[in-house]
Amino acid sequence: MQIDHVVCAFCGCVCDDLTVTLEDGRVTGVKQACALGRAWLLGHSAEADQPPALIDGQPASLEEAVEVAAQILSQARYPLIYGLSSTYCEAQRQAVALADLLGATIDCCTSVCHGPSGIAMQVVGEPTCTLGEVKNRADLLIYWGSNPAESHPLHFARYAVTPKGLFIPRGRKDRTVVLVDVRPTASARAADIFLQIKPGRDFECLWALRALIRGLDLEESAVADTGLTLAQLQDLAGRMKSCRFGVLFVGQGLTQSRGKQMNTAAAFMLVRDLYAHTKFAVIPMRGHGNVTGIDNVLSWQTGYPFGVNFSRGYPRFNPGEFTAVDVLGRGEADAALIVASDPVATLPRVAARRLAQIPTVALDTHGSETTKVARVVITTAPAGISAEGTIYRMDNVPLRLRKFLPSPYPSDEEVLGRIVERVTQLRARN
Amino acid sequence: MPDGKLTLITGRSLKQGTGLNKGKDSSEYREAVTTVEMNGGDMTRLGLCDGDLVKIKTSHGEATVQCRRAELPEGMAFIAYGPLSSCLIGAETHASGMPDSKGLEVEMERIS
Repeated sequence: MQIDHVVCAFCGCVCDDLTVTLEDGRVTGVKQACALGRAWLLGHSAEADQPPALIDGQPASLEEAVEVAAQILSQARYPLIYGLSSTYCEAQRQAVALADLLGATIDCCTSVCHGPSGIAMQVVGEPTCTLGEVKNRADLLIYWGSNPAESHPLHFARYAVTPKGLFIPRGRKDRTVVLVDVRPTASARAADIFLQIKPGRDFECLWALRALIRGLDLEESAVADTGLTLAQLQDLAGRMKSCRFGVLFVGQGLTQSRGKQMNTAAAFMLVRDLYAHTKFAVIPMRGHGNVTGIDNVLSWQTGYPFGVNFSRGYPRFNPGEFTAVDVLGRGEADAALIVASDPVATLPRVAARRLAQIPTVALDTHGSETTKVARVVITTAPAGISAEGTIYRMDNVPLRLRKFLPSPYPSDEEVLGRIVERVTQLRARN
Repeated sequence: MPDGKLTLITGRSLKQGTGLNKGKDSSEYREAVTTVEMNGGDMTRLGLCDGDLVKIKTSHGEATVQCRRAELPEGMAFIAYGPLSSCLIGAETHASGMPDSKGLEVEMERIS
C-alpha cells in the first residue's frame, strides 16, 4: 500500500511531501525523503518486539510502569522533566501539565541547541519569516555556523537554495548563497562564497558587519583575529545591504561557541539593522523534528520557551539555574522524567551520570543510552508513524502528523496523561 | 599549535544522523561517534595514520577514538555528537543553559 503526503518528523525541515510504501505492517519504501528521513521512517517502523515497559530492567505492564513512575515523581523534592523535542505538541502539553502539578523543573532540548537563540529573541526580538517566503523571495542566503547538507539535507533543495519561487523565477541562478563557518563542511560546496572564520570569533565578525552596515570606517587591524579580511567583510556587508530579500540562517556554530547568546543577539541585531536598507530575516536552524513545538507549547503555557521551574507554584525562567545541564550537573535533580530524548548520550558526562544515580523514568520509541540507565522505561508509539498530532516546522509553521501504521504501544500523550491522572490522585490523597 | 593540542569542534554528521535511526548499538552509529577527523598536516606531525587510535583529553574527561584525515583547518579536529564527545564537555554553562560544545581545547595522543 502507498501513502502520500506523509510528514517527516525527524528534523526541523518537517518535509510534508513524502511517499511511503507499506508491506506486512511496516514501511518498506520511502520516496522524496533525505537520507535522515528515510532512515527515520525505516528505523522507527520496524520492530514491535520490545516489552511495553521495564521496571529495574524487568518486563512489566504499562499499568505497573505508570504506577511506579507516578510514585517516583510524586515523592521527589526536585524532579526534572526533560527532552520532548521528538514528540508532538499534544504530548508536550501533558508534560507541562505534569510539571505544573509536581512543582517540577521542565526543560527541553532547546537549552542545548538554540537556547541562546531564544534568549536573543527575548533581548532583541525576532525579525523572521517563513520558509515559504524564503522560497518565493530570498535572493541572498547566508548560513552561519550551520551545515545543512548533513543536518537538514533537504533545506537547500526544498526551501532555500535551488527551488524556483514567485519572485525567484530562475531558482538557484537568482540567489547568492554564502556560508560562514570555521571549517569547509559539505555545505560549503553548495555556496557561492565560503567565509572561513576562526573558532570563537563569530561575535567579532557579526559586530564588524554591524559597524560596516552603519557606515563606520574600520581598520584592517580591527578584524585581524577573525580569520577574515576587511575586504571580505565589506563585500558581505555590501551584498546584505543591496539584496532585495536576505535571510540569515543561524546554526549551532553560533549557539555553542564562545559568546553563545551574545553571538545570536549580535546576529539578530545585525538583521534588525538591515531593515534600514532592505528586507532581511533570521531563522534558527532547529534540529529535532518538534523542538520548535516544545518552545511554542512552553511559551504559550508558561511564557518561557525552555528552562522553566514550577517549585513556587508559578513558572519561573532562568537559564543556568533551571536548565537540564545545570540542574543535573550540580546534582540538584533527585528524579527525572525523560520524554523522546537521549540525554545520557548527548549531555555532558557529569549531567548524564546524574541520570544514572537518581530514579529516572524514560518514555521512548526504542532503546537508547538513557533507557539503559532508567529505572522505569515505557515504550511508546513513534509520532508521525503510529501517533498523530501537531508539529512545528523550524519557521514556526504548524503541521499535522498523521498516523498510518498501527502500533501495540501507547502514544506519549496517552502515557503522560495516565501519569498526570495518577499523580493527581496521589497528591489528593496526601 | 604545540604538541598534541588542538581545537575540537563537536557537531552533527550525516552518518551519525542515519546511524542513530538504525539504533545506537548499530555499527554505523558507533563508527560515526567514535571517529575524530583531523587535518592531514596535524596527523603527520603527531605520527598518526587513518584508523589509529588516539586519546583525546580535556579538563573534563577523556575518550579513545579512531582518527581519520579530513579537510579541516590546521589545528582543528571534529567529532560527531555522541556519548564520547559528551565525555569531553563540562557542565558549566555560564548562566546560559548551554555547555561549551565547540572550540574546546583538547590534547591528543596516539595510543596504538
